[in-house]
Amino acid sequence: MSARTGGWGITPDSHAFPTRRYDLVKEFVIALAVVTMLSVVAALVFSSPDDPAISLQQWARQAPADVVATAAGELAGTTTSAGYGAPYNTAGTGQTLGPVNLQTLPGVTQPVDSAKDLVLDPVRTLTSDAAAVAAVRVWEAASADRQQAWATAYSDALSKAPDGDPAKVAAGDYGPVPAIAAAELQLAESGSLEGLLTSRTSFFGVDSTKALLLLADGTHLEDLARAQNLGGDQWGIMNETGNYPGQPWLWLYSLWYQVPPFATSDNADIQVWALMILLSIGFICIPWIPGLRTLPRHLGVHRLVWRSWNHRR
Amino acid sequence: MSRAPASVRPTSAEPAPRRGSDTWTAALTRWVEGLVPKGQWLPDRQPAYVASWIYVFGVACLASLVVIIVSGLVLTLGGVTWWHSNSLGHFVNSVHLWSVELFFATMVIHLWGKFFMASWRGNRGLTWATGALAFFGSLGTAFTGYLIQTNFDSQWISTQAKDGLNAAGIGAYFNVMNLGQMVLWHVSLLPLVVGGIVVVHLVLVRRRGVAPPIGAEDPALSTADEPARPTTPGTPATAPVPAVPVRQGPES
Repeated sequence: MSARTGGWGITPDSHAFPTRRYDLVKEFVIALAVVTMLSVVAALVFSSPDDPAISLQQWARQAPADVVATAAGELAGTTTSAGYGAPYNTAGTGQTLGPVNLQTLPGVTQPVDSAKDLVLDPVRTLTSDAAAVAAVRVWEAASADRQQAWATAYSDALSKAPDGDPAKVAAGDYGPVPAIAAAELQLAESGSLEGLLTSRTSFFGVDSTKALLLLADGTHLEDLARAQNLGGDQWGIMNETGNYPGQPWLWLYSLWYQVPPFATSDNADIQVWALMILLSIGFICIPWIPGLRTLPRHLGVHRLVWRSWNHRR
Repeated sequence: MSRAPASVRPTSAEPAPRRGSDTWTAALTRWVEGLVPKGQWLPDRQPAYVASWIYVFGVACLASLVVIIVSGLVLTLGGVTWWHSNSLGHFVNSVHLWSVELFFATMVIHLWGKFFMASWRGNRGLTWATGALAFFGSLGTAFTGYLIQTNFDSQWISTQAKDGLNAAGIGAYFNVMNLGQMVLWHVSLLPLVVGGIVVVHLVLVRRRGVAPPIGAEDPALSTADEPARPTTPGTPATAPVPAVPVRQGPES
């Protein structure tokens, strides 16, 4: 049946046209064979990237100062996760889109107390380490202000020490913080920290949230990623480790992070998300958007597609 | 072995009055039968204007999806981390990766082709919309695939992607750092959603047929030098309609 579409007038029924032989099944089988062959050949020739995951043990061995600085930062409440806000805690307000704050609407659904969950609870398991046990006890007996002062002072001192080396930190009143941070490093070096973060509340460690938050609070992960051009400002959203195509279909999403105002905005993530959702809805609704829905008529590419048909007409 | 004899019990092929047309089963049958004009589920003829390589990419996209599903199913046999330590697993993972790349390449060409052809004309708006939705659903499915690789990529992508999802309030329920949740979304929930959208898209394509060329007039009302040979709904697609000599295109 012919139908009228906005901006196009009447479109004839496709069933009213002369027909030609067209073997859909044969076409599909040939396409399947070609795609399978191309996939297999590409797999044989190019393989696929598989840079191993960084263990917290590797982190401790390759960047011990970063582990200590991160542990001190968790205690001081200065790391990304410690001040994140929803869905992990209420320490931050999160990103906003004008007056709208979607981040805080669902509340805290995956509670993470960075100091307690990422540092103190794991260190508490070192029951045979008298220094660690005593350090945690002193920490817990102190007031919140005192804890904050100790941890902040130690974090600042670490940042001023040559190479951030804990052994070269200037003398100061850091309370039990250096001992707790050293115990965290010891746990990471031993390889037990991962298990304490992922399997502490469940035998089956399938939730990596806490381990990844801790790793991302440090600088080592980002340093490695940026070396492979995976940073957000390096088109990293669509890049992949090694010389592989990655996710080129995310080029538009990645593009916004390279240009102002998004590139310099504190609310870039929600702004880009809002823009992409808007564009996506627009893309889905093209048939109903005046101007856009008739644009192909003016572009003329359709003449190439139907040139043989038009020629015969 | 010879075929078993067909049942002699009444079937839906019997005359309508005896069929029990007021049953839910009959209503469902009528609904399914009415989704697509008779003979158009898998016709062996297409309108003569369906003669361009651009039409191949929709089918190629569908074929890529089949390779993705099959290679993905093989990967599930060994579990999430199997492919890191097994050469066969790594090969299958590579096939999975490259079929995904082909899937998106063919899908994007298909989408742009349909855009330039304004394929939403003639009440085909929903056909376009479901195709676009399938694209966005596929983006999400591919994204979760990257998250469950259990390698450096997964660590970096999950820790970075969480910020956008959290900012939009989605991360509260869709935790990209929860491997167990992402695995289930990738191998179960999202493929079902995308598969469902693709099925609806295909039904709509068969229901409306392929959009005629821009500017084409109803053959029955136009040229006398080439009389129209309509295959109207209800006419078997294999009806002896003279073939139109078209030499280019994927299949003629």
